[in-house]
Amino acid sequence: MQKDYKGPVEYSLEIAIEKIVGLLKEDYGISKRAIALLLLQDEEEIKALVREKETEALSKIEAIIEEISAHYIHPLTYELALERQAQVRQIISKAVTVKQEKVSIREKISRLSMNPITGLPLVLFVLYWGLYKFVGEFGAGTVVDFLEGTIFAQYINPFITNLFVRLLPWEILQDLFVGEYGVMTLGFRYAVALILPIVTFFFIFFSIIEDIGYLPRLAMLLDRTFKKIGLSGRAVIPMVLGFGCATMAVMVTRTLATKRERIIATILLALAVPCSAQLGVILALLEGNLPGMLIWAGVVGLVFLFIGYLTAKILPGERPSFYMEVPPLRWPKIGNVLTKTYVRVKWYFKEILPLFLLASVFIWLGKLTHLFDLVINLLRKPVEAIGLPHQASKIFLFGFFRRDYGAAGLYDLNKQGILTGLQLVVACVALTLFLPCIAQFLMTTRERGWKVGLGISAFILFFSFGVAYILNLLLSNLGVVL
Amino acid sequence: MILSDRAEEILERLGVELIEQKKEVHDAGILKDDEALKELVNLSYLKIKAGQFSLTDEGKEEARSCVRRHRLAERLLVDILDAKKGIVHERGCKFEHLLHKGLDDNICTLLGHPKTCPHGRPIPEGECCKDAKRAPKKLIMPLFELELNKKAKIAYLQTHNRSILQKIIAIGALPHSEVVLLQNFPSYVFQIGKAQFTVDQELASHIYVRVS
Repeated sequence: MQKDYKGPVEYSLEIAIEKIVGLLKEDYGISKRAIALLLLQDEEEIKALVREKETEALSKIEAIIEEISAHYIHPLTYELALERQAQVRQIISKAVTVKQEKVSIREKISRLSMNPITGLPLVLFVLYWGLYKFVGEFGAGTVVDFLEGTIFAQYINPFITNLFVRLLPWEILQDLFVGEYGVMTLGFRYAVALILPIVTFFFIFFSIIEDIGYLPRLAMLLDRTFKKIGLSGRAVIPMVLGFGCATMAVMVTRTLATKRERIIATILLALAVPCSAQLGVILALLEGNLPGMLIWAGVVGLVFLFIGYLTAKILPGERPSFYMEVPPLRWPKIGNVLTKTYVRVKWYFKEILPLFLLASVFIWLGKLTHLFDLVINLLRKPVEAIGLPHQASKIFLFGFFRRDYGAAGLYDLNKQGILTGLQLVVACVALTLFLPCIAQFLMTTRERGWKVGLGISAFILFFSFGVAYILNLLLSNLGVVL
Repeated sequence: MILSDRAEEILERLGVELIEQKKEVHDAGILKDDEALKELVNLSYLKIKAGQFSLTDEGKEEARSCVRRHRLAERLLVDILDAKKGIVHERGCKFEHLLHKGLDDNICTLLGHPKTCPHGRPIPEGECCKDAKRAPKKLIMPLFELELNKKAKIAYLQTHNRSILQKIIAIGALPHSEVVLLQNFPSYVFQIGKAQFTVDQELASHIYVRVS
């Protein structure tokens, strides 16, 4: 191709590239011209590489870049982008003719999905059918019941228990593996029979809306609201994932652009986003109690916005900016959905299974050393302060090991008939806000560091009980009967 | 009173050094016997004392206006006349002398009261900028002010913030691209070519478009 030496000859980009190419002596696996272009665009990794390899010519190369930069108004990245765009336009003008098209039906649906008047009801529709019906009722309900109740309870657990009892004659070790909270009977069973199906169904749902191209539209609708809590529309992805599994969502906060956004998202995920397992049990608990459910959802929603707003005010740093491509709406392809679901479930399972097994070991240790009795006693006072019977302290401790485990404990308490409607709602709020499960805690410390992880946990510990305390005070003084 | 071109150049230079860079005085140096210098002194824009000169209040006003005209001329060349940037400063120097009082405000309005020249230096505000709130139709405006479903072309990106620039480059919202704003609430959605993008107000305020 003919080269176009634009600008004053001695400062033209093309000349600078030729000079740099001439100075590069080492082999980079890609063309030297590409390296030169990347250098001009201030590409950090390439700069580091060249700094390492070209000890002799380095100062000369840097001088050329400095000189050429001084002769352009804009950063060279921008000048090159303009140059590239001009080339593209030229090629396209020769090769492509664009016909004026009318707005297609596909495009009309796309616009409707982005218009807040039609788009927001659509969000609720998608969440109701996708999350609540498909993931919650079918995945976490029907499928889990079958896997846990039938496959594990009737076949696998008795077999494994039998095996371990015969292999390990010591009761303490039997407890570790096949006891009530054993590595095999609790940790493994939970991971395989409960989390695996829920997460699989969640990922199917997520992959479908992703393949349709719905996520950028959701992000676009929510960006303005998310800005108020220090996040950008991009954060909808970890937030929606949080309703599946908050542990995984914390991992996905990596995709957010700034450290500030990642910290805010992590706090909100730990505090006010219930995961599908927990959500399932809580919804079952409050079923048929519409005012109770509205109070629960209202309080948790308010806490989400309030804490987001507050952390955004307190944390220093740049405001997030939001930009995303909006792809055309497409029919989901089954092949795509299955591949994405498979890859994600595999990856997730590999990350999460060890954490579950570890949690079982912790429970075993806690019981063995009577540390649990101590913690349950410590929790007794605050539990009574928020108007709950002392038996409820146990559910908070277990809630830390598995979010839904706490909720399930609450379910049992409720069945025994010792909770009033009001206590139930307060307990649901407290449990939702309370410390996330141990897996999420470990993930938070891994992603954000020990200091931030512990800080967030300490804050949540006091805050969740504080909110429950105020709610209990308010409702009982107003004489609300639920 | 119409100044000579040379006197305007001197005033502009002084406007940059004495007002923007806040130097107290300027060394008269080689300009000592310049005709234009005498012209400025006669108009009492300049005071010379022991080889140093400083601007009077009137002179400052005039110098500010010279700087404004020069930078507006540059913007005009780049945004409307589409001149290559390398020659902008030099041509701007010639062009500015044609923009006399009042004319500069018209150009400023035409351009949508730009705040910086293409090199990123501030353009001093004129009367028209202060009235801009009730100003009528503009030809050039930030993307977020564009009417929905109306074709426009991207004129320039008003930012020197690298990270913002990088994002706009990634989207491909570069000068000369045709753009249609599809939606402005809750976020901005626009179309460039066959692709659609959504951005927040912050990013949309850095992209200036020219209505065709």
